Amino acid sequence: MEPLKENCPEQAPIANKSLRISRREMLKTAAVGASIAAIGTLPVRSASARTFVSPPTRPFVEPLPVYAPKAPVALSSLVPAPAKLPVAGECSRTAHQAWDTCAPVKFYELDVRENQHSFHRDLPTSRIWGYDGIYPGPTFHARYGESVCVRVRNNLPKNHVGPGIPQISLHLHNLHTPSESDGNPLDFFDSGTFRDLHYPNEYAGLNVAPGGDPREALGTLWYHDHRFDFTAANVYHGLAGFYLLYDTLDSGSETDPTPGALRLPSGRYDVPLLFQDKSFQNTGALYYDLFNTDGFLGDKHVVNGKIQPYFQVARRKYRFRMLNGGPARFYQFALSSGFPMTVVGVDGNLLPAPVEVKDVMIVPAERMDVIIDFSRYKIGQSVFLNNILEQTDGRGPKGILKKPQNIMRFDVVSDAADPSVVPKALRPLPPINLNEVVKNRTFDLGRSNGSWVINGELYEPNVFAAEIKANTAEIWTLRNSSGGWHHPMHIHFEEGRILSRNGAAPRPLEVGRKDVYNIGPNEEVKVFLRFRDFVGRYVMHCHNLSHEDHAMMINWRINP
Amino acid sequence: MISRRSLLHCIPACTVAALGPAIPTTFAANKDLRSHALPDLPVVTHEGKRVRFYSDLIEGKIVLINFMYSTCKGICPGMTTNLKDVYRALGDRVGRDVFMYSITLQPEKDTAERLRSYVKARGIGDGWYFLTGEAFDLDQIRKRLGFYDPNPEVDEDRTQHTGMLRVGNDARQRWTMCPALAEPSAIVRSVSWM
Repeated sequence: MEPLKENCPEQAPIANKSLRISRREMLKTAAVGASIAAIGTLPVRSASARTFVSPPTRPFVEPLPVYAPKAPVALSSLVPAPAKLPVAGECSRTAHQAWDTCAPVKFYELDVRENQHSFHRDLPTSRIWGYDGIYPGPTFHARYGESVCVRVRNNLPKNHVGPGIPQISLHLHNLHTPSESDGNPLDFFDSGTFRDLHYPNEYAGLNVAPGGDPREALGTLWYHDHRFDFTAANVYHGLAGFYLLYDTLDSGSETDPTPGALRLPSGRYDVPLLFQDKSFQNTGALYYDLFNTDGFLGDKHVVNGKIQPYFQVARRKYRFRMLNGGPARFYQFALSSGFPMTVVGVDGNLLPAPVEVKDVMIVPAERMDVIIDFSRYKIGQSVFLNNILEQTDGRGPKGILKKPQNIMRFDVVSDAADPSVVPKALRPLPPINLNEVVKNRTFDLGRSNGSWVINGELYEPNVFAAEIKANTAEIWTLRNSSGGWHHPMHIHFEEGRILSRNGAAPRPLEVGRKDVYNIGPNEEVKVFLRFRDFVGRYVMHCHNLSHEDHAMMINWRINP
Repeated sequence: MISRRSLLHCIPACTVAALGPAIPTTFAANKDLRSHALPDLPVVTHEGKRVRFYSDLIEGKIVLINFMYSTCKGICPGMTTNLKDVYRALGDRVGRDVFMYSITLQPEKDTAERLRSYVKARGIGDGWYFLTGEAFDLDQIRKRLGFYDPNPEVDEDRTQHTGMLRVGNDARQRWTMCPALAEPSAIVRSVSWM
């Protein structure tokens, strides 16, 4: 087993005063019964179940922020120039596996730092951690066949006080990425240093055909921090953003004359939506409960960095790339008008055919590409995007809310031409060839001694739960025996295919390629997975970030 | 080399988002929510001293906290042995800036006296305190630290609360949890991140 290597380890901080309990302090008897330390405005229901009430904010007074694509930089501006092996000043890593075969042609620099952010005009600004200092992080627009290198600079404050740790590992969820650029939880690096990540932007299946299999295209990806043990707090404080990937089929142009181009709504009508729930102190500071192991729920619904925003739309079709950025809440979205929505992609991958839905559930880390057609409405009308799912603790959803929660509001304000189309056929699925399967593995998601375990084990950084031969396929059975918890399991690297859920065929929105598999209480899901093109270590973990940070994760490794 | 200044220059180009009106505010340490209000309830050390949990044992310190009981036959003996290795590896930091607390899940049996003999029998020295107290108070502390099960029947089973170790630095409001049976070197590494 390779030992856990620390990357650019910082000096362990030592408190500067001696803190031995003095005799005088010992005698300072607390003559109190149920006295609780000063806790400000925290209403305490019981020791474990606490409701935190944020200050009031008016709904629908903040416009929805939508970003222009992040601009690349000239290679000459990166000094020293990135290379296959780590360059001077870069944190240690293994050589970029695909550097020679897929040399980067686009370069970016990402400055990870602390900043102030306004979540709502009724609140004081909040301290956040942001990629480029903004929340959400900037949106990358990438194309298949255009290899990218991102220099990630950790400029977070070294002496940070508060939840989160100023060490980072950027995971691009779920690009077909060589291990050393995956953002493995153990590949974190310190403030004051940087790492170059290489994204080949090639379809999986390079082992069979140059350029890979276009049926394996990914479209709506997100990047977020993955520092092991501290992921939840680091992501909660702002380290999340979108990475959109286009190809000739999903080209990003609704007027694309190329035969075969899908011409889905594009440009200003292609809108990523990052949903996260958060809580705020009266000072505006984000509140996060590090001691809630079930999963933290916020009482404010934040979309693209604003609490309950509004979005002015034209009477035409839009593509919304909905992402549940966690940490633990499940959403089920419906339009207040009762009109249907059209799902075209799940977990960032286009479906073989669009699916019309009245509502759509999105579990933590899942993505849903949804077409909403506002030509059904008149100018002046508004429609709410509502959450209809009830959830009262981090274990998972309880049922349907009697009164839906308004998450954001669409205001129909104008007419606009709509050359976009939603074709009956989107992206074909690659065939599942069970003859490729060389191994079946079962992962039991259990509960033991007050924590979640996978096959009875808590996460150990140096232990590999599966050793896998490159360019083979396996069937993984994920079984939840943990009791009342839902576990949205995320498997890094290749997209998988659900073969069965509880012995039955996968649900309509689960027929395509996925990377998040929600395993409800007592459920069992069988997944077909391939491990092609690259080697190295990866992880599977629960994407309820509190569960992940409480050791509900395994390492696995692809060997040559 | 790119200066930090030029890095900052790129930022406005990366976004078209309009920030809301700037509201001046301060972000001095928010004492109210320091360590998220751990209960400051009275507990008794194995030395028989009555102290307050937060203000005497947690405030300003790096701490390792686990739950056990002296008659526990399950993983407790192995856990205490493992934590003894951690205690040794931390050396003279224990009792200086790092403190270890093992809190009983069975206060009605684990009196201070009994915990004292438990400590003595295992040759445990300064800086590692075994704690008892009123059952109600210890329950509040346990639940607030995240050692609980939302199912009341499971929560009643004290063996359910013995597997994990809380590691935290109150001054930094930085907390994590690791398996109490993890390699001692892994636990020491967690302490180093505090």
